Amino acid sequence: MAVYRLSVNNKVVSVDADPDTPLLWILRDHLNLLGTKFGCGVAQCGACTVHIDGVAVRSCSFPVEVVGTSKVTTIEGLSVDGTHPVQVAWEEIDVPQCGYCQAGQIMAAAALLKRTPNPTNADIDAQMTNICRCGTHYRIRKAIHMAAKKGAKK
Amino acid sequence: MENVSRRSFLKITSIAAGSSLVLGFNFLNDAIAGEPIAGMVFTPNAYITISQTGLVTLMAPNPEIGQGVKTALPMILAEELNVKWEHVQVEMAPYDPKYGPQVAGGSGAIRGRFTPIRHAGATARQMLITAAAQQWNAKEEECYAEEGAIFHKPTGKKLGYGELAAKAATLPVPADIKLKDPKDFKIIGTRIPNIDNKKIVTGKPLFGIDTRREGMLFAMVSRPPAFGKTLKSFDDTETRKVAGVKNVVQAHGVVAVLATSTWAAKKGRDVLKVVWEDSSPLESSTEHETAFSKLIETRSEKPSRVDGDIDAAFNSGGKIIEVVYNIPNLSHAPMEPINFFADVREDKADLYGPTQVPQQMRTEVAKALGIPPENVSLGMPRQGGGFGRKLRPDNGVEAALISQAAKAPVQLMWTREDDIQGDYYRPASMSKYRAVISKDNQLIAWHAASAVLSNGSALMGRGFPAAAIPNFRLDPHTLKSNIPTGPWRGPTANAAAFADESFLDEIAIEMKKDPVALRLELLDNAKNQPVGEVGYHIDKFKSVIDLVTQISGWGKAKPNVYQGFASYYSFNTYVAQVAEITMINGKPRVGRVYCAVNCGRVVNLWGAENQIEGAIVDGLSHALYSKITFDKGAVMQKNFGPYRFMLMKDAPLEVIVKFVPSEDAPTGLGEPGLPPIAPAVANAIFAATGKRLRKLPFDLSNTLKAMPKDKA
Repeated sequence: MAVYRLSVNNKVVSVDADPDTPLLWILRDHLNLLGTKFGCGVAQCGACTVHIDGVAVRSCSFPVEVVGTSKVTTIEGLSVDGTHPVQVAWEEIDVPQCGYCQAGQIMAAAALLKRTPNPTNADIDAQMTNICRCGTHYRIRKAIHMAAKKGAKK
Repeated sequence: MENVSRRSFLKITSIAAGSSLVLGFNFLNDAIAGEPIAGMVFTPNAYITISQTGLVTLMAPNPEIGQGVKTALPMILAEELNVKWEHVQVEMAPYDPKYGPQVAGGSGAIRGRFTPIRHAGATARQMLITAAAQQWNAKEEECYAEEGAIFHKPTGKKLGYGELAAKAATLPVPADIKLKDPKDFKIIGTRIPNIDNKKIVTGKPLFGIDTRREGMLFAMVSRPPAFGKTLKSFDDTETRKVAGVKNVVQAHGVVAVLATSTWAAKKGRDVLKVVWEDSSPLESSTEHETAFSKLIETRSEKPSRVDGDIDAAFNSGGKIIEVVYNIPNLSHAPMEPINFFADVREDKADLYGPTQVPQQMRTEVAKALGIPPENVSLGMPRQGGGFGRKLRPDNGVEAALISQAAKAPVQLMWTREDDIQGDYYRPASMSKYRAVISKDNQLIAWHAASAVLSNGSALMGRGFPAAAIPNFRLDPHTLKSNIPTGPWRGPTANAAAFADESFLDEIAIEMKKDPVALRLELLDNAKNQPVGEVGYHIDKFKSVIDLVTQISGWGKAKPNVYQGFASYYSFNTYVAQVAEITMINGKPRVGRVYCAVNCGRVVNLWGAENQIEGAIVDGLSHALYSKITFDKGAVMQKNFGPYRFMLMKDAPLEVIVKFVPSEDAPTGLGEPGLPPIAPAVANAIFAATGKRLRKLPFDLSNTLKAMPKDKA
């Protein structure tokens, strides 16, 4: 066990954990940030996507010991009140069905738009690699285009 | 709907310490209070609560697994209650017999509850009108309900539902209720977004996996590595050394490691030394296939349908077509891995978690624990997908037994590997289809023989084109196996549609007929000269075929775009689809899917579109990629990756869904959109390349060449 000081959603927090503990479980079990979801544990599905220094990372396969001083942002920290353009677009297009994968999808989409503010369908194809079992892909694509129009650069 | 009399659950509810408290006050008793009692809220039935502040709370009775009933069922209540959707609060009901059958399965929630739920809403509206009329000493006929208030037509007086709640709570429940005229619907048939959207997009704890209770331990379970193996012994010495591990217990034929965090539980489980022994044969998919191929050559002692005389037809000198279709096992793999919370204390149990069958869950948990069912309380969170996986209560039972053995509240957590290896599967099947085309180019015989793993079926005995062909026979077989199989989104239909609708396409091409025209011709046969029982509504079937050919411009696709058609009737809903593909670097890409649906009246247009769009992507994803195979009893695809799903790059760019306008009572939408997509795409690939794909998932390893259009 070791103590790690982490920056999560612009707050510095301390956790006592095994160095190999995936960031996902630090968030969920140590910090009670339950929005980030467990889907596969092997970085395949993206339900656990968070931002590390603004880049989308699959937290289930990212050990706490390598987080260091990087800034971690989770779905709870993407915006104060759910008004990030991606969140707004997700609501306006009515993307979620079961909703379980959507936090990860939203974090992946927000990171995509930060890098590629006006993505083409090919950009979305290449960069959105999260799994959704309900099949909301078509609406996710629409919502990303809508969020781009709303200016989701942050 | 369970036949609970309206009066039997009539209750007074009072506010106590800020939360509702049901007093169980029955107005048929003599205790009717004539005057409003301070602090009363109006609870005319199990579904509706109106507080004196005017807060309207509607209970969503059926499990929400992503099919949208947590939104759609309260919409029906709000419609009859005449309240604005923006003004209601929706809560997920716990399991309680007063709600009748709380099931998420068979696409049945809306179909089964539409009318009873309308009655519940209309009852409350009627009682509020009565309360207002009494208050005003007016005639009820002069009063009407609108947007959460009762109005007195002659004087324009108005009382909000909150102001009337206490008075309404004292009234007897009326026997005769007038439902709204559907032409006055303001909510039903509109687009209402998913009720939990805000919580979902902001990451609020909504799901079973998010359950956190005082003193709770996380439990991970070591389970058999193969079907046919059972627990012999275990050594937990190393496990108990792992920091955070609190206990190791044996329950339900598995070994559970309990710890203060999920990761500690997993680490503890990973170093557990378990000895498994062979208790029944270790089966492999290759053996299943060999057995299937023999079975499909035989006749069943119990054919599921026999019309006419197929043998005579096959000997009549017509052209015989004979092909074999292969369907793989599938795992459900809902996005939220299997979990459940259980807190078992002596003779009481508190459970909370994802299930499609809460009633059965409570019964089975009680049985496993040896306590009365009434002592089991069961709450349901929003669920991260179902697809049929939670139609069996194994997760809750396992959690309860672990809690009982460990004497601690536990959150059972399966990994994805546990989930895929510990599933019951959509059964693999093989079906041989044969048909005879007479010399005068008529389809005169259809014979299908199927072999299915363990149980279930791959043939629809009452479905189209049965009743449209004079000689028709279905021979179902099952192959006994220790591999568990069970319902998976659109059971039977998801396998049968692929074979039926691909085979119809093959027959149409053989007959040199347009595939849509052939189906319409067969439907005419079923109407004019039905052979045996007709298990579908011919005009409704035609309505979706007509609509989809119209919106897709069937037969008039752009250059380099190839169309495939399929239609299917399942779970009381009619669906027809046209898939459009283009060939890119020798691989098909589904660009657009057109879909027409006849499901009676649509309750939530947005939810309905979402279900169909999702079912199309789900069906296509599995058609392209997914299969579960077994080697010596072990699942070969243990996690996402090897068990592959469609990503954005393969998803249709556009899905166009249209509903046939209908005044009929609504039917289900969770499943019927899925079965037609695999054959529609297979038929489009044939149109593009001349290659017929008869096996799921599609083998697209070889580059396919598009044919010139006039040849296709």
